[in-house]
Amino acid sequence: MDNLQAIMPMLIVTLAAMATMLAEAFRRKDERMPIGGLGVIGLVGAIAAAGLLWDRNAVGFGVIQADNFSLFVTVVVAVIGLFTIMFSSEVVEREGIPSGEYYTLTLFSVVGMMMMASATDLLVIFIALEIMSIAVYVLTGIKRTDAAGTEASFKYFLLGSFSSAFFLYGIAFSYAVSGSTRLDALSTAIAQSASAPGPMVWLAMGLLLVGFAFKVSAVPFHMWTPDAYEGAPTVVTGFMSTGVKAAAVAAFLRVFLSAFEPLRGDWTQLLTWIAMLTMVVGTVVGVAQTNVKRMLAYSSIAHAGYLLAGIIAASAIGKSAVLFYLASYAVANVGAFGVIAFIATRERNTGELTDFTGLWYAKPMLAVLMAVFLLSLGGFPPMAGFIAKWYIFAAAVNEGFYTLAIVGVLTSVVSVFFYLRIVVMMFMSSNKAELEVPPFGIVGTLGLALAAIATFYLGILPTRLIDLATQSISTIF
Amino acid sequence: MPTLNHFLVLSGLLFAIGTAGVFLRRNLITILLSIEIMLNAVNLTFVAVGRHLGTVDGQIITFFVMTVAAAEAAVGLAIVIQLFRLRESLNPDAFTSLKW
Repeated sequence: MDNLQAIMPMLIVTLAAMATMLAEAFRRKDERMPIGGLGVIGLVGAIAAAGLLWDRNAVGFGVIQADNFSLFVTVVVAVIGLFTIMFSSEVVEREGIPSGEYYTLTLFSVVGMMMMASATDLLVIFIALEIMSIAVYVLTGIKRTDAAGTEASFKYFLLGSFSSAFFLYGIAFSYAVSGSTRLDALSTAIAQSASAPGPMVWLAMGLLLVGFAFKVSAVPFHMWTPDAYEGAPTVVTGFMSTGVKAAAVAAFLRVFLSAFEPLRGDWTQLLTWIAMLTMVVGTVVGVAQTNVKRMLAYSSIAHAGYLLAGIIAASAIGKSAVLFYLASYAVANVGAFGVIAFIATRERNTGELTDFTGLWYAKPMLAVLMAVFLLSLGGFPPMAGFIAKWYIFAAAVNEGFYTLAIVGVLTSVVSVFFYLRIVVMMFMSSNKAELEVPPFGIVGTLGLALAAIATFYLGILPTRLIDLATQSISTIF
Repeated sequence: MPTLNHFLVLSGLLFAIGTAGVFLRRNLITILLSIEIMLNAVNLTFVAVGRHLGTVDGQIITFFVMTVAAAEAAVGLAIVIQLFRLRESLNPDAFTSLKW
């Protein structure tokens, strides 16, 4: 029973995913069915289960640990799923996406994300990674007649499975080092040989690092990100830019701060370079983009750099800052992609920068919401992004990573340029109201409003969530 | 008598061949096959290490990897077929609608 308790959030979402699959199978040809509602029920149930499990430290089957850390990420991922489903209801219908498959795959990929955050065995992390990724590959190309979507899906699939081969090779060497794929066994084995680690240990660490760097889209393993984010349907982009990143960062944190903790001095050096490169490339190339989806893809690369900075400065503040950053980045980013999805029409759905010209005159509310999300991503007070960045950089300075903090602050100043460019286009363009924005329904509006409220709430009253984040990392690591 | 190192070198070579194939080959199906070679190189490592340690874990892990590889191949081939229908080409250089 204890075993099942620990996997309860995942179990609930899995059941919801199966229910959506069955509902689609029994749906008559032109019968309308609120399939997304089933997903909402499942995700709300998972959040409730995570709340009940809080502070209980349940262990499932020896490989799933429902500690506060994984429950925190579980809730973040479930909230991302909820927003995605809320934004999807009209978009799915307008773009002719097969709704049963769409919701089922979204929910299964949420299960994979939750599992990735809670697994304490490398093999289970790998399986979870694949559950998540395979569903997202299909979601990227779910509009089968769309050439850009299929191409994006293929590029994402190719580099994704290429990187999981590296990840798996890393697991194989970890197994060779410790004789087990459990993180605690690996940690003991590495601690014993920490003074003179053999080549196997370096190979294991390096290959796992490459695998994770691909998934969080850190430079130089970021090539797939802009293509996949631009080609995928916009709501899917919002989902994968937040959910996949949250799950990958959570697993990254757990593996590198538990199993490879004894070698921290070595991998922080390497990771510092990767983080700085990631921030600089994401920001500089992002400035040159003319497509909003592609620009936000580069912005998400830069945000991966900030998250890595939090992992490097892994003091108590640094680790809780990573969790807080994940939550605040998630609401703002998923909201921004939600707005892009709402102003698109069936013909005009690529998210060009010019689509935003004079949005303020056509749909003032959407323009204001978009501005809120973008300014939060850029790190303006009083939005969530400001507090999140402040915590990360404060942790980096406290731990003595001055160069990292300086590069981070400079790149976030530069990144303000491309966020503000959209804001300026929306509010100050002189050619007004050419834009034809399709009507959108109550669920999507509610979702956007909730995302905006969450952005302000985390920015103005962050203490509650920071307390929760601190609690969730204090029990482990 | 082959030792663990022989097997590790062999799997390392296979992995390198697979990696090179992904970068050098100009046919989507061959690229997919190269990824399969990489996964099988890893499988060989697992089995060899398991044998060396005297446990069955390595062989059991291989089954998980094979299952995942099959799922991946199914999705990958489906995407390739769809891409071929839209583009009538299997050359990755022909796919240029998304670019820097």
